[in-house]
Amino acid sequence: MATTTTTQGSEVQGHEAHADHGHAGHGRELQHHFETPQQQKEAATLGMWVFLVTELMLFGGIFMAYAVYRWAFPDIWAEAAHHLNTPLGAVNTVVLLVSSLTVALAVNAAEEGRKQRLIRLLGVTMVLGVAFLGIKAYEYSEKFAHCAGYKTPIAWATSGTPLGETECLVPGRAFVFPEAHGTTAADVHNEVTPGQGSPYQLFYLLYFISTGLHAVHMLIGLSIVGMLTFMAVRGVFTAAYSTPVEIGGLYWHLIDIIWVFLFPLFYLVH
Amino acid sequence: MATTALPSRGYLEDDTPTVWAWIKSWLFTVDHKRIAILYLLAINFYFLLGGLAASVVRIELITPQGDLLSSDLYNRAFTLHGIIMVFFFLIPGIPAVLGNFLIPLMVGARDMAFPRLNLFSWYLYMIGGIFALSAAVFGGVDTGWTFYTPFSSTYSNSNVILTIAGAFVMGFSSIATGVNFIVTTHTMRAPGLTWFRLPLFVWSSYATSLIIVLATPVVGITLLLVAIERIWGVGIFDPALGGDPLLFQHLFWFYSHPAVYIMILPGFGVISELISTFSRKRIFGYEFIAFSSMAIAIIGFLVWGHHMFVSGQSVYAGLVFSFITMLVAIPSAIKVFNWTATLYKGSISYRTPMLYALGFIGLFVIGGLTGIFLGVVAIDIHVTDTYFVVAHFHYVMVGGTIMAYLGGIHFWWPKMTGRMYNEVWGGISALIIFVGFNMTFFPQFVLGYLGMPRRYHVYPQEFQVLHVLSSAGSTVLAIGFIIPLVYLTLSLWKGKLAGDNPWDATGLEWTVSSPPPAHNFDEIPVVTTEAYAYPPEAAERDAAAWRPGSPL
Repeated sequence: MATTTTTQGSEVQGHEAHADHGHAGHGRELQHHFETPQQQKEAATLGMWVFLVTELMLFGGIFMAYAVYRWAFPDIWAEAAHHLNTPLGAVNTVVLLVSSLTVALAVNAAEEGRKQRLIRLLGVTMVLGVAFLGIKAYEYSEKFAHCAGYKTPIAWATSGTPLGETECLVPGRAFVFPEAHGTTAADVHNEVTPGQGSPYQLFYLLYFISTGLHAVHMLIGLSIVGMLTFMAVRGVFTAAYSTPVEIGGLYWHLIDIIWVFLFPLFYLVH
Repeated sequence: MATTALPSRGYLEDDTPTVWAWIKSWLFTVDHKRIAILYLLAINFYFLLGGLAASVVRIELITPQGDLLSSDLYNRAFTLHGIIMVFFFLIPGIPAVLGNFLIPLMVGARDMAFPRLNLFSWYLYMIGGIFALSAAVFGGVDTGWTFYTPFSSTYSNSNVILTIAGAFVMGFSSIATGVNFIVTTHTMRAPGLTWFRLPLFVWSSYATSLIIVLATPVVGITLLLVAIERIWGVGIFDPALGGDPLLFQHLFWFYSHPAVYIMILPGFGVISELISTFSRKRIFGYEFIAFSSMAIAIIGFLVWGHHMFVSGQSVYAGLVFSFITMLVAIPSAIKVFNWTATLYKGSISYRTPMLYALGFIGLFVIGGLTGIFLGVVAIDIHVTDTYFVVAHFHYVMVGGTIMAYLGGIHFWWPKMTGRMYNEVWGGISALIIFVGFNMTFFPQFVLGYLGMPRRYHVYPQEFQVLHVLSSAGSTVLAIGFIIPLVYLTLSLWKGKLAGDNPWDATGLEWTVSSPPPAHNFDEIPVVTTEAYAYPPEAAERDAAAWRPGSPL
């Protein structure tokens, strides 16, 4: 999306056409169909904002489903949330918020044309992004380890400590929600019907789908930041031209904001 | 000025030395005009394919027994028809072909804001199409184009996932187009081209893009959830888990009702251009037409529940949805009244595009008014899932969108190809389509009112006359669609050269050569007039100067 230099229409025009018009009078980064760098920047930024709106609507569908079922099963929601690893989720929130800060600083560095600082900040952002995904992967594997009958993923790999109670929170045939601690209103309302799954599964299904989709966006975000770092190393960005960093930063903030909603909705509902 | 030194050569011309280089110059083009041509070819292919499936359906319905297809095959036939037509013809049709070609020209830009994204959207469209087609090859899908759960998620034994993947990928192609239109309209307008000097086609495409951008992601995630439910057997819409299949309907129609405005709004834009040009008058009530597009886009988001009157949703919700549905009729009617007011005392010439435009108004009025019938809860409950509904949405989608699409293709054909089509055959086929269309779908109103349910391949003897009439009409309609295919193709070689402005129309696209140069404008134009600046006396002057064989 208008992030790099192109020779628009060069296939159509043949190469000699491109050779003789050159880029005299403006930087290489100005594409041929734009009149001024300001126009190009405005277009790129608006394009990213519009795209972010579509992303919000994409997650909006999941948030809608969440709202409907939380309304239908408030007690189950509150109880199910206890079985997510809230400390790890909280750490992840901090990791992501800090990465948003580093991206914002990177945008600032790009605008000021400070190349080394920009590369360093983008690098830190990527490290934080990978850390987020690592922690998320650990959380997921913890749930899978429980299904396999082990307490932690490490125990699973080394055949270590087995899990005391039966618990499998990965949606599917094997799904088992552990006995509730004490009788809650939920147990009275939602006695398990033979042959029927439990509404607890809905919670974990929504959890896995929404955090999974978020992780996919994280991967896209990481590759964008990776590309920006590459471009920064190549010296594409100057004080006069830093639009790609800016709109890449916008995307990163979106990922951040989605998580800021996901975290309380799943981890903190009880 | 980035490209003033470039020679103005037509966008269709090449100096590629080999065939392979020529193919590459098309498949890797970022020129919005060439992408529009790529879309034109692909979309027409899907249109013919969807038409073929419709023919199979209509042939089966000639007799009350199910003698050609089993009930299961019949389900797959009408589903193929629905999915191909909705997702691969009606939704991308006018925006991707006419919008891509015209919007940069109309706003005085050298290209879309994001040319490579534009090309990418075509590839996404093709990938989505291949998914949907492969689903058909592997045995088809039987859920109807609506994919209602739990049928699509739990019980259907057909290629739901492949088809959903197709619709999902196609959705991203629409989004790319929508983003491009919005940004191009905002940032690429020529100096002096203020919002209220924009052609109405740009306004309606802008409104369409807003819907695309806001609604398409929702159906994307919804279809993704259905796919997840099918693959892993656990799902958000699974009643066995406490899930709610109605939630699917809500999310689906949250997109799919606005989607009918994605289909019809660009059509409104085309009709505004045609009516004004062939009446030789400035459009009546420009601002009202422009804002009614925006009003339709906004109100269109609030009416999805009228597809669910019998789903068991709250009666009060039904009444509210019914009321808001009535509100959509207002901006739609404003457009129709403004078009007729434009015609009044215009110098009307019945060229092919104008025939389509007039046909559009007639059919759209019938489709729109029956829409109001269906928006009334009591009547809707009576005719739910009958042919009345089928007839209604075909009047709007086919009678509306396809008439506008064909009208637009004929109107801008000289600009796209540089050649005129055969006017005699054009007029004849427009009339054939109009007659064939009414013959096909009007009997279906009667059928539906009498109680013929949709999606059945056997029916009581008493409905046969009307069904035969409808099938006969569809044959006429098919002939009407094939004739333009022939003479438009022939015109590429035989048609007489069109010149820059064969219709004597206003608008920046008519100021450049036909076909337009690769970079559209050597100098970015400066706009100083309104969009439809026909001189006040143009209509009278034309009428006075008219003699048989006049160009207009």
